[in-house]
Amino acid sequence: MSPKGFIGENLPGWRPEELGGKLIVIEGADGSGRSVQIELLKNWLEEDGHGVVNVGLKQSSLVSEELEQAKQGNILGPITLSLFYATDFADQLENKIIPALRAGFIVLADRYVYTLMARDIVRGADPAWLEAIYEIAIRPDIVFYLKVSPQVLVDRNFQKNATLDYWESGMDIPLSRDMFQSFMRYQAMIQKQFKLFQRKYGFEVVNGNRTPKAIAREIRAKCQKILPE
Amino acid sequence: MDRSNIPGKLIAVEGLDGSGKSTQIYLLKRWLELGGYKVFFTEWNSSVLVKKATKKGKKRQLLTPTTFCLIHCTDFADRYERQILPLLRGGYIVLADRYMFTAFARDVTRGCRPEWVKNLYNFAVKPDITFFFNVPLDVAIGRIMSGRPSLKYFEAGMDLGLSNDPAESFRLFQGKIREEYLRMVDEYGFSVIDAALPIEQQQDRVREVVTEKIDLDAYLRRSKK
Repeated sequence: MSPKGFIGENLPGWRPEELGGKLIVIEGADGSGRSVQIELLKNWLEEDGHGVVNVGLKQSSLVSEELEQAKQGNILGPITLSLFYATDFADQLENKIIPALRAGFIVLADRYVYTLMARDIVRGADPAWLEAIYEIAIRPDIVFYLKVSPQVLVDRNFQKNATLDYWESGMDIPLSRDMFQSFMRYQAMIQKQFKLFQRKYGFEVVNGNRTPKAIAREIRAKCQKILPE
Repeated sequence: MDRSNIPGKLIAVEGLDGSGKSTQIYLLKRWLELGGYKVFFTEWNSSVLVKKATKKGKKRQLLTPTTFCLIHCTDFADRYERQILPLLRGGYIVLADRYMFTAFARDVTRGCRPEWVKNLYNFAVKPDITFFFNVPLDVAIGRIMSGRPSLKYFEAGMDLGLSNDPAESFRLFQGKIREEYLRMVDEYGFSVIDAALPIEQQQDRVREVVTEKIDLDAYLRRSKK
């Protein structure tokens, strides 16, 4: 088995060959069915005897509270917000993801650096700047991208909350004063960015417009190939 | 970076703890303020929101070289986006007590890759003048140690594992930072001030350089005329 690598250069203090576990990433917009799939996958893996650790965005012990506060107030500039998220990610990478991989766990990531980069790129950040920041990230063993059409996303968001999320609608970018239209445009921009990433980083694109069961079957079949005996 | 739409001027001071740079930039600020110029002063690690997280991270020793670097860059970005850049755009003289070079020196000493750290900060303009207060290691350490009873964990560079004795760790850490600074003198064109000189002589030299490099009349407050 090839040793795990970083997306770019090594993080100070870590050697890729020490990392035994597997990193599985599920990417997709809110309403794409990510959390359901993560739960199903976790059950399946644990039933099979694998140790599983969940990680996600904005969950670091270092800055998650402050980040949440900043988002509520909408008071940070875009570069500051990018760096705040990068700090949150690096903290989880070093304190959760790498130690778990080292101990042979399967790490299930509910979104990863690709979402962070895509969000910032559609807001005008320099892609080369972001890629150079996130080169410290561990390269996942497999990335699933749950692709759901913006129309279906809207329906699912309405069913769940009867409202669209401010940030997931890109309301901080002057796309449209109409939240519905802003959401549709923003999600289309994100999808376009993921299409570029898909070519560059080799994602598994999963059609998320289907039933959870059908999606789970496809994800399991693909995971099978990377799992340890 | 395009500087054509940035009429303001940026002056930064850099140097070891105990080099006297804060005293010097304070005196420069007073001189410019009293002379009726548009001046704004900003300090390293002082953004209100980010500082809370940094403080927590330091207190609980949660920070690694990577997160230490990122959180300080976040703090800097907050001050840069909301104050430094808008004020420069508005034609102010901005005085910065420490700037990106502090990060370059410290974070590289902590083991971050130099290119990675430099990339983080490449959204920010370089100063028009960067004063580097060059002081022998012993002098800087003597000034710090006489003024303060104990050294903090990260301040002493205890996270680097250089020594278990905070005072010895601080000395080794500062020595390495000093080497990094000296490497940058030519690359970034620092104006080097001999920080072992009396305060007044250093300040004379600082004001001389500022007068030479900046057309100060352009920064007078209109009401003062």
